[in-house]
Amino acid sequence: METIHKRLDQADRANLGDYEAERAAFTWDGARALLDGFPGGGLNIAHEAIDRHVASGLGDKVAIRWIAKDESRHDFTFADLRARTNRFANALQSLGVRKGDRVFCLLGRVPDLYVAALGTLKLGAVFCPMFSAFGPEPIKARMSIGEAKVLVTSEALYRRKVAGWRAELAHLTEILIVDANGAAPEGTRDLAALMGATSAEFEIARTQPEDMALLHFTSGTTGRPKGAVHVHGAVVAHNVTGRYALDLHPDDIFWCTADPGWVTGTSYGIISPLTNAVTMIVDEAEFDAERWYRILEAEKVNVWYTAPTAIRMLMKVGAGPLAGKDLSHLRFMASVGEPLNPEAVVWGNQTFGMPFHDNWWQTETGGIMIANYASMDVKPGSMGKPLPGIVAGIVEKTGDGVREVGRPMVIGQLALRPGWPSMMRAYLNEAERYNKCFVSGWYISGDLAMRDQDGYFWFVGRDDDVIKSAGHLIGPFEVESALMEHPAVAEVAVIGIPDEMVGEVVKAFVALKPGFEPSDDLNLELLGHARKRLGPAVAPKVIAFRQNLPKTRSGKIMRRLLKARELGLPEGDISTLESDEK
Amino acid sequence: MNTQQAETALAEELRRIAPDVDVAGIDRDGDLREEFDIDSMDFLNLVTALNKRLGIPIPEPDYSRFDTYGGAVAYLIEKAP
Repeated sequence: METIHKRLDQADRANLGDYEAERAAFTWDGARALLDGFPGGGLNIAHEAIDRHVASGLGDKVAIRWIAKDESRHDFTFADLRARTNRFANALQSLGVRKGDRVFCLLGRVPDLYVAALGTLKLGAVFCPMFSAFGPEPIKARMSIGEAKVLVTSEALYRRKVAGWRAELAHLTEILIVDANGAAPEGTRDLAALMGATSAEFEIARTQPEDMALLHFTSGTTGRPKGAVHVHGAVVAHNVTGRYALDLHPDDIFWCTADPGWVTGTSYGIISPLTNAVTMIVDEAEFDAERWYRILEAEKVNVWYTAPTAIRMLMKVGAGPLAGKDLSHLRFMASVGEPLNPEAVVWGNQTFGMPFHDNWWQTETGGIMIANYASMDVKPGSMGKPLPGIVAGIVEKTGDGVREVGRPMVIGQLALRPGWPSMMRAYLNEAERYNKCFVSGWYISGDLAMRDQDGYFWFVGRDDDVIKSAGHLIGPFEVESALMEHPAVAEVAVIGIPDEMVGEVVKAFVALKPGFEPSDDLNLELLGHARKRLGPAVAPKVIAFRQNLPKTRSGKIMRRLLKARELGLPEGDISTLESDEK
Repeated sequence: MNTQQAETALAEELRRIAPDVDVAGIDRDGDLREEFDIDSMDFLNLVTALNKRLGIPIPEPDYSRFDTYGGAVAYLIEKAP
């Protein structure tokens, strides 16, 4: 598809005007100097996001404009946010929560979520957001691995998803209910009452750049979810990547549509917009094309960061709802979560007069690593070029490590040179899995990609069996484990099936134990069983029965073979196949 | 189509998507997506299934009529041939 060229005036007003010049001049020390820090080298994300702006006279500026489900608007200034997060930090302290303790959050996009995130960081405790569409098992697994001490949630989510098993988690001492209205369920506390009794002043913890700040869970092919550890120093990258890759300017109205339960919704739905002192829009409701266009118009959104699934849904709806809408304030549109298909980039250009700028990063990288920029020509379908300060390469396996591939358009592992501030510092308590990510001086992303002769990167696929649905990684093992708990299930394999709307949908192949026969009712029973445990975001959408699943000699189910057959692709090397599918 | 038929169609299609939720126990005026714990994709699948089953075109601007279970039943009765 044809390259979309940028005009000179677009480059002139962009933060990153000339890619090569900016890249050559960039240093991480320079990026650090954009922030305050504390005397003696300390750094705290919440100070950079809130208090620093209040001190410099921006207290009355709207930091968060929250749009409730009923479309009422509620503004929170930087001064409001400072006071509320101070009260939250004081409340945690009054409960004996200390630096390094883990504070988990299970909430929809309500103001308390943002207060909890930043208040936790002020105390020096570790914030871990969870997606509210998770079912009880993903929640319990994450809180168990992360040794949650505190959970901030709503009464409904607590009763439905947590109350049944909370006693099983030894570390979990406090559950704070955001909407208790003076009547918190037994064994929980009323957060509003607790915060009301504390001071609006708090001295932010003098955290160091390498102190743990955030815990974000992600999924691998095997084993339990992995808790990627991020530190306060990551804010240097959150801040500067927002300027470069999202082109955030101080007067911007910015809308990141991602939920903070996923890393995008935290790095760019909380931290980066606030450190850049823009006004950010938070919409409580789920995707709705007409509503989204109303918000873009009414709030005069300048910069919009969304995801391929949403863009494809908008394409499907068509231009109808846009008729008569004035979106002239829109200046820059970006997309992340999975590769954005070229048609969607071009559709954006035709419909909004500007392309969607795809970018690439992961939970582990903490911030945007490769991007299309406001000033740079866009090749539809490409993820763009590495950010200033980031060295990316395509590597191939050698006998004992990897080496970089020099030739253009050769498929290899997308890899990064370690050392940027928002790189994960560990998978919590999983040193071996963490160490496996680093080979021959490269961080190996697990994504396959190519680089063209102009230095643009192109996504090819995943190098493992992880499923990517609506931009979210789903570990097949987590889904398989939940299905295996059902008394009728003998064996199960879970794969992703390509879907033009959400990228991939989760499909489970199930072989039944003797005495059970495939039926529509049993299919629905298994689906319900999986949904109850995993929630709609993780549970399979489709279940198919098989008499036997293809296995290797060692009994390992060959997901790859199931997938190849499902898609009508070549079966590849099946020399290890011992027991075939029936 | 009468109320009973609309109810049956909606309940059966919802059961195919969220078999873990008992229709009898939900709040008919509550947020449909929350009551049945369904995501955006489930919601699209529901609308598509109802369209196929009942032959009623359900254009995107009408999706807000499905905000609640009660609202969806009323919509189906209104639009049925």
